[in-house]
Amino acid sequence: MIRVVLPAHLRTLARVGSEVQLNVEGPVTLLSVLGALEAQYPMLCGTIRDQVTQQRRPFVRFFACQEDFSHESPDALLPGDVAKGAEPLLIVGAIAGG
Amino acid sequence: MSGVRLLVGTRKGAFVLTSDGKREKWEVNGPHFAGWEMYHIKGSPVDPNRLYASQCSGWFGQLIQRSNDGGKTWEPVGNKFVYDGVPGTHQWYDGTAHPWEFKRVWHLEPSLDDPDTVYAGVEDAALFRSSDGGQNWEELSGLRGHGSGPHWQPGAGGMCLHSIILDPKNRERMFIAISAAGAFRTDDAGKTWQPINRGLHSQYIPDPNAEVGHCVHHIAMHGIRPNVLFMQKHWDVMRTDDAGDSWKEISGNLPTDFGFVIDIHAHEPETIYVVPIKSDSEHFPLDGKLRVYRSKSGGDEWEELGKGLPERDCYVNVLRDAMSVDTLDPCGVYFGTTGGQVYASSNAGDSWTPIVRDLPAVLSVEVQTLP
Repeated sequence: MIRVVLPAHLRTLARVGSEVQLNVEGPVTLLSVLGALEAQYPMLCGTIRDQVTQQRRPFVRFFACQEDFSHESPDALLPGDVAKGAEPLLIVGAIAGG
Repeated sequence: MSGVRLLVGTRKGAFVLTSDGKREKWEVNGPHFAGWEMYHIKGSPVDPNRLYASQCSGWFGQLIQRSNDGGKTWEPVGNKFVYDGVPGTHQWYDGTAHPWEFKRVWHLEPSLDDPDTVYAGVEDAALFRSSDGGQNWEELSGLRGHGSGPHWQPGAGGMCLHSIILDPKNRERMFIAISAAGAFRTDDAGKTWQPINRGLHSQYIPDPNAEVGHCVHHIAMHGIRPNVLFMQKHWDVMRTDDAGDSWKEISGNLPTDFGFVIDIHAHEPETIYVVPIKSDSEHFPLDGKLRVYRSKSGGDEWEELGKGLPERDCYVNVLRDAMSVDTLDPCGVYFGTTGGQVYASSNAGDSWTPIVRDLPAVLSVEVQTLP
């Protein structure tokens, strides 16, 4: 099971708690995790990445195991601890007042 | 007993305000979608319990919410707004070419006949339609493809399509307005469009009388007389009696003819309302006194309405979609401010009472008159 922590607004939208668990087929990458997340919670489509270009929304960031994966290739493997479910992938709204 | 329901969109959520036909006591429900910008919420004229809401955020983008029970519960529907074909470019603020980019939905206009059909006016300016209750959206690209698109430019709020008016007597006819391009009309249900800006005069574009480029802030129509439209432009209040083929200025004795909102009395199509704002560089009322102005003669002659409104130290704005009227008798008039107040008049504007004083900045106010 892959663990994903969503920002507060997306938890409310998806009607879930702070952490969701996903089954991910094949290599555990940002692409495969976000695909599984949107398949399980279709209301999140478009909120994390553009629905056409698949580009990360500018004010969304991806952290895991104390590292920033926001600018990594979507096909890059996430850390083994994320793949094993020992650590969550954190989807974070960038800090910007308001 | 009849009642009214106000659908209030704010910078930090949506609120539903309800009252009976007396419009004296109000119940405030919300915030819905707390923390999100709610640009517009509007109900279907066919099924008043079917509501559509535009929900957006700089972080997480655009969502469309739908309610089937008058706003008690909501469900997210489709949010995939994709321009038809290669979007091309419009003018940026400095006149350079800038690519079309979807940003948000400013206005939702449900069909007059079908609760599952709804139009969306978006930024960067385009018109979309859904025929399945908001699940799927298709651009009516004849508007953006009119040919003048490369000359459209954003106003201070962005290049938004903010006004959509459906003609109740001619289902093929529709009016829209874009800031800053101007007003447009279709006579074939959205396939083709023509700019309807003759008579508008704008000093902030190279040719003040150009066919497009005018910063129209809002337009309004009374359903029994659909060839007559009223317009609050960046500066100037305007009127057309021929469905936009020609416009004339009706600012008359207004203390300033800058403003955003304009609306029409439900039972008197020559009675119109505006909220004068000091200027394009000072978006607040003159002298710190919040005032509505009413004309009972279709323009030119205006009377100041201030009973119950702030007399001093008021520096709020009233945004373009933040005024609405009910269809009770006497007609109720409502408007919301960027200071979070929603004012109501149950006597066609003669006097005003705040329903709420401390909401987040109000972006839009729509009213439903309930049986």
